[in-house]
Formats: sequence, structure tokens, C-alpha cells
Amino acid sequence: MEDSVSALSIKDLKKVYAKDKKQPGTEALKGVSLEIKKGEFFGLLGPNGAGKTSLIGITAGLVVKTSGSVEVMGSAIDSDPVNAKKHIGLVPQEVNFDIFDTPLNIVLNQAGYYGIPRTAALPRAEEVLKELGLWDKKDTQSQKLSGGMKRRLLIARALIHEPRILLLDEPTAGVDVELRRGMWEYLRKLNEAGTTIVLTTHYLEEAEQLCSRIAIVNKGAIIEQGSVKELVSKLSYVTLVLDTVEPVTAAQIALMRDLKIKSIDETTLELSLKPGDVVNDAIRLMTKIGIQIANIRNSGSRLEEVFVNLIEKNA
Amino acid sequence: MTTSPIFVGYYTMLRKDIVRILRIWSQTLLPPVVTTTLYYLIFGAFIGSQIAPIDGFSYMQFIVPGLVMMTVITSAYMNTVSTFYFAKWVHTLDELLVSPMPSWVVIAGFVSGGVARALMVAVLVLIVSVFFTKLTIVSIGIVVAAVLLTAILFALAGLLNGMYAKSFDAITIIPTFVLTPLTYLGGVFYSIDQLPEFFRIISLANPILYMVNAFRFGFLGISDVPIGVSFAVMGVLIVVLLGTVLWLFHKGSGLKN
Repeated sequence: MEDSVSALSIKDLKKVYAKDKKQPGTEALKGVSLEIKKGEFFGLLGPNGAGKTSLIGITAGLVVKTSGSVEVMGSAIDSDPVNAKKHIGLVPQEVNFDIFDTPLNIVLNQAGYYGIPRTAALPRAEEVLKELGLWDKKDTQSQKLSGGMKRRLLIARALIHEPRILLLDEPTAGVDVELRRGMWEYLRKLNEAGTTIVLTTHYLEEAEQLCSRIAIVNKGAIIEQGSVKELVSKLSYVTLVLDTVEPVTAAQIALMRDLKIKSIDETTLELSLKPGDVVNDAIRLMTKIGIQIANIRNSGSRLEEVFVNLIEKNA
Repeated sequence: MTTSPIFVGYYTMLRKDIVRILRIWSQTLLPPVVTTTLYYLIFGAFIGSQIAPIDGFSYMQFIVPGLVMMTVITSAYMNTVSTFYFAKWVHTLDELLVSPMPSWVVIAGFVSGGVARALMVAVLVLIVSVFFTKLTIVSIGIVVAAVLLTAILFALAGLLNGMYAKSFDAITIIPTFVLTPLTYLGGVFYSIDQLPEFFRIISLANPILYMVNAFRFGFLGISDVPIGVSFAVMGVLIVVLLGTVLWLFHKGSGLKN
């Protein structure tokens, strides 16, 4: 029975932020519905101000919703907040621990707030701090930690009570590439061990690398959702970048008028293909008119194209 | 034996605050002790020696309970208003809000921190008072009840102020412009029976008068107001403040977006 319950079930969720009594508020969420299964690695993708943080905030108990319902592991956040909250671990966007306290105290105090006594939480604290490379800094005042360590401490704190769902709000915003890759690796491991992960990001590569399913959020609404593969298959065109051996002449470009082609510079062309187009046909024509192709590459992240397409359509 | 998760949460909050109070003792415990010692010295020893006894007690003996109560009120209030507002400002409050602790436990945690600091300060200034006067206690029960209820009341008031505050200025306005005048006019330094009738009646509207007098009754057995009324005033105010704070927590006002 329990297995049929979603990890997170959000129905028609609305949030209006009141500016003041005289002004109508900002509608941050316009009736969002979402089902996230247990064990999923789910990505909420969208530009800044899309409503991702509001969605996470309401689920974690930091933001009061205007209407709609949220259930965490089958427990509604309104009628059974104690059970709903104990399943969630939240990694916020900004550092929000006591910077005068030590990492060990920060995680042990958090365990206490979840009803785990200090002595009982100590082995788990050691485990998470070691896994995140913070054990040797356990007694250092946390304001003295590096930026990357502070981020990892946020994760350690969120994991101390062994939550079944980990909510991460832009966990790698502003961190260097090496640290980001390390965090991805750790999150993948957690997910493989059974933790459902919901991540908000505006890094498309992050979503593409990590998430089994993605929802694209814009202006408070989900404009598309599915697996990366499904979203990419919805692309109206795919763009390839071709490097030519010799400069392409205007006459040659004119001969390719049947193709959707754009000259980027003398030796670079951008070829857009609709679903059903065959790359070979385009290459054959280019060969015939004397263009020799040195290299073909994708114009960028495929997901980025989906994203840009959808956001533009939704603008 | 397993400990209740609610108790563990409450204990964690209280422990954290007590550790903080003791760690920064020079900001939390020392200033009220220094200030009250100056009051003992100037009002009690220097000026007080020239003032006639009140209800058979020396002026020094008369003002000690009031001065202790003044430090209790200020310490309880300042502890919750500052810890709550600071937690809101740096977002460490989020640690509590995401946790499964019910609102009343979070409120109890903050209030108990304020009460703990008030009691620590009360004990310290009482110890100092022994160097200036003979401390008599008529009823230890009334002393403890009065100090506890007053500390709870002002810890709740401080919490309410912290919830509404939107800037650091807002957490100093009430203590400076409301709390201090009410305390000074609340019978700490005089008996309201010494006042003209008009001002005596106006003084009866000051809730701090009832707390100071209940506390003084516990030490000296004298009070300007019936002791039952004093405890009733404290009880009613606690219920009203607690109800308001619980309601605001339930709505998320002053806590969440």
C-alpha cells in the first residue's frame, strides 16, 4: 500500500505574495500540480523568479501557501505536518546555520529538533560529516569554513535525520566546477541508496546529468515535464554546428537555400534540422557543391534548446 | 527508556540558548549586575540612607525586590526579542520551521531561554544585594511564582516584538519607550501610597506595578495591591500574549513569507 504513495504529491498549488494591503500581490505559483515517485531524481528547472523556491519553501514548511495541497509520503502538510516534515531534508540556497557554532553542534542540534537525542545522533553525525569531508573541521567555528565546506555542511545538516526526500534549492549555484562535480557524485550515490531527490536549478547541464525527470517552470507554472529524452524529442528542430575546411562562399550558401542554414563565420555553418530531416541529405548536397566538412558538433546542451524554445514560447 | 521527540526538541533549543547566554556572559549577565549594583549603591546606600523607612523597612530593603524584578523584566524581554529577531534575520529560524516540532514547542523553547537568562540574572543581583542589606524572605513560594510568571510574561512579550520587528531599530523601540518608563513608574523606587490620589490611581493601570508588588510581598510581606489581584493580572496577560503568539505562529505571520 505504502509503495503506491507518491513521495511528493502537489495539487493545484497557488502562492500569492502580498506586497502590501493596497497593492495586489505577485502570483508566484499559479496552480502547480506535480507527482514525484519514490526514488526519483527530479529536477525543477526554470529561470530566476520562476517560482521554484516558493514550491520548495511551501513543501518544507517555510512558506505559507495560498491554496492547493501538498502531501509528503502520503501525509498532508496541513493536517499532518509532523509526519510530513520528518520525511524531508532541506538544503537551502543560502547559508542559514549559526555561523558562530561548530559543524558538529549544528548537525547535532538539527537532530535534536527532529527528536533525536545528542548521544544517539553522534554516530550518524560522524557518518555524514565524514562522507562530506567535514569531520576534521567538526569543532571549527563554521564562519571559518570555505564556501564549498559551508555548502557541504548544509547537506550534512539536511541528512542528519535520514530523510526519505531531500529537497535541494540551487545547491551548486556559484560553486566551482570541481566541487559541483563532487556534489553531483554524492547526490547520485544518495539517490541510488533510495533517497528521493528534488532539485531546483537553472543549470541545464546539472538537470541533464542528474535528473531522471524534469519539470520546466516559468512564471509560476509548469510548462513542460517528462524525462530528458521525452523533452528533447519534443524539440521542433536540432541545431548542428559544422566547421568547414575552406571558407564558404556566398554562391555556395545560395545553392543551399533548401536547407535551414546560417553562416556564423567564414568557416562555420549552423544547420537546423526539423524532425524527419536526414543529416546525410544535407551533407550530400554540401559535398556536391564543394564544401568539405572538417567537423560536426552539437550547438550546445540539447536540454538548453528545449528550455530556450519553451521559455520563448511562454514569454 | 525512550525520550519523547518533543521533549528532545525543546531541550535542544533550551540547551543551545543557555550555552549561548553563558558563552557571551559579558553581554548577557554582567551588564544587569553592574547596573543594579550602581542602583544599590546610589539609590540604596547613598540617597536611601537619608530616606525614611517605608512600612517599617529601610529604603534599601524596599527597593531590592523592585530592582531584581526590573532586571528580570529586561533580561527576559531582551533575550527573546534579540534571539528571535536575529534568528529570523540570519534565517537560522528556518532550522526550527522545517523541523517537525509543533509551534508550541518552538515558542516554549524561545520563552524558556528568556526565563533562564532572567533567573540567572535574578540570582546574581540577589547575591550582590546581600552585600548591601539583610535579605528576608516571607514566602519563597510567592517569590518563585512571581519571578517565574513575570519572566514568562516578558519573554512572551519579547517574542511578540521579535515577530513583528522588521529592523534592528524595531527591537529597541519598545524596551526604550514602553518598558523602561513602565518599570520606573511601576513602584520599583516608591510605594504608590506615597503618591497623590490621581497618580496613585493612574499607577494601578501599570501592569508592572502588580509584578513588583507580588515579588516584594514574597520578600517583605508588604504590597500596595492585593496579592491575588497581582497574580490574576499576570495570569491574564500571559494567556493573552500566549494566545496571540500561538495564533501568529499558526498563521505564519512574522515567521514565513
